[in-house]
Amino acid sequence: MQVSRHWRLQQQRYALVGQVCADCEEKIFPPRGVCPNCAKETSTAFEFSGRGKVYSFSTVYTAPAGFEGSAPYTIGLVQLEEGPLVTAQLTDIDNDHVEIGLDVEMVTRKLLQDGDRGVLVYGYKFRPVVPVWETELEDELYALA
Amino acid sequence: MALPAEMTQPKIMKPTRDVGIVGYGAYVPRYRLPAAEVARVWKEGTGGTPIKEKAVPGKDEDTATMAVEAARNAVKRSKISASELRAVWVGSESHPYAVKPTSTIVAEAIGAVPSTMGADWQFACKAGTEAFQASMGFVGSGMADYAMAIGMDTAQGKPGDALEYTAGAGGAAFLVGPAENSLAVIEGSYSFVTDTPDFWRRANKPYPEHGQRFTGEPAYFRHVMGATESLMEALGTQPSDYAHVVFHQPNAKFPMRVGKMLGFAPTQIETGLLVPTIGNTYAGAALIGLSAILDVAKPGDLILMTSFGSGAGSDSFQFRVTDNIETRQKLAPTTQQYIKRRTEIDYSTYTRLRGKLVMK
Repeated sequence: MQVSRHWRLQQQRYALVGQVCADCEEKIFPPRGVCPNCAKETSTAFEFSGRGKVYSFSTVYTAPAGFEGSAPYTIGLVQLEEGPLVTAQLTDIDNDHVEIGLDVEMVTRKLLQDGDRGVLVYGYKFRPVVPVWETELEDELYALA
Repeated sequence: MALPAEMTQPKIMKPTRDVGIVGYGAYVPRYRLPAAEVARVWKEGTGGTPIKEKAVPGKDEDTATMAVEAARNAVKRSKISASELRAVWVGSESHPYAVKPTSTIVAEAIGAVPSTMGADWQFACKAGTEAFQASMGFVGSGMADYAMAIGMDTAQGKPGDALEYTAGAGGAAFLVGPAENSLAVIEGSYSFVTDTPDFWRRANKPYPEHGQRFTGEPAYFRHVMGATESLMEALGTQPSDYAHVVFHQPNAKFPMRVGKMLGFAPTQIETGLLVPTIGNTYAGAALIGLSAILDVAKPGDLILMTSFGSGAGSDSFQFRVTDNIETRQKLAPTTQQYIKRRTEIDYSTYTRLRGKLVMK
């Protein structure tokens, strides 16, 4: 495994850092040299909110090398609320519970490891949204305290 | 109980600059292994179980990923930018690497790099509260305005051992900063430490060993009581002054018993007693109890926290909740929200998730 290759991608993988086009304000992920909307050069970093919806998905039973330990797992196309479509593993959900339109949020998880001696590679996955404050439960707890 | 002879004149730990908790955040993974499952496999279902169930991390989770989520929640509640942090410190017994800091992974993921310190702390189950005390000193001395202390663990339990019932996963992150921007002012802290080998894990060994009943009186109870009584004596408080109290919770009995010995009522302990439903989260145990308390705390509440780490020692803290608490509670998921997010698993799934199967 090339350590440097993964290290270069850390920012986009850990925190979903892409770009915003200074010219047309298109939000871009993954980062690239030229805006796919207006073809101008891009360089301004932009951290995405991590919120989105499942656009499509497929469950992987025969996993590629390095991911065998995770199978079966579901890969989703996630439409970020800022626009871009991102391909990522879905996590914290049973494979038969995934559906198109599901609200998801980005989490940083272990993607793979280089055997039992190499580096651990971390990056974004998406999971069903954990509500911030569910009125019924938290209000009840708050009242009891 | 009388104070130990060596502790007759406790000196409180309190920096010259007033400091407090500016943000906090919890994390608990979604899987739950009922204690009855462990009993089914190893005891034919006979015998008592020390808790109801414990939290188990998913295949793609470890102390680093869990610390990242708790840290993000703490930053959300603090309303500061992570780039203002001058320290990101992670206390754990289960750092993913033997050599390579967990803290740099967390700092990078939350956007605190590069102008920050990063360090991993180790003192069994009190590694997180040690980082908390260091954060108090770091901010209190003026070396930094904000520092992050995290206690997080994916605890190891040997198959069939008594600890397998309780060795859980979870923890919490605390962002320490100036008292004037805090949701709870830290009014003082106290540490009580001796060389007491009640529980340990030798280098390169996957599971810890423990001294059976020796983990009780000379270890947990002596240190928790020593630190708590010294703190209360120095601050001039009594048990009835506190709205909530949280002790390290290796099982449900120890914290309830030590609370009774110190003069606290069960109602003062209940909110922070999470071990029955998530297990012993080791370096995260006292801290996640505190986060559950802060989720429901009200301005003016006085809170006491005492951790315990084997080997052995306790750190005790007193907090006074400020008016800022009410707006910040709602800025991130609550501790109970994570606990409620529950998927029950059986023992065979547990062995796969925890990597206990020999694959080659």
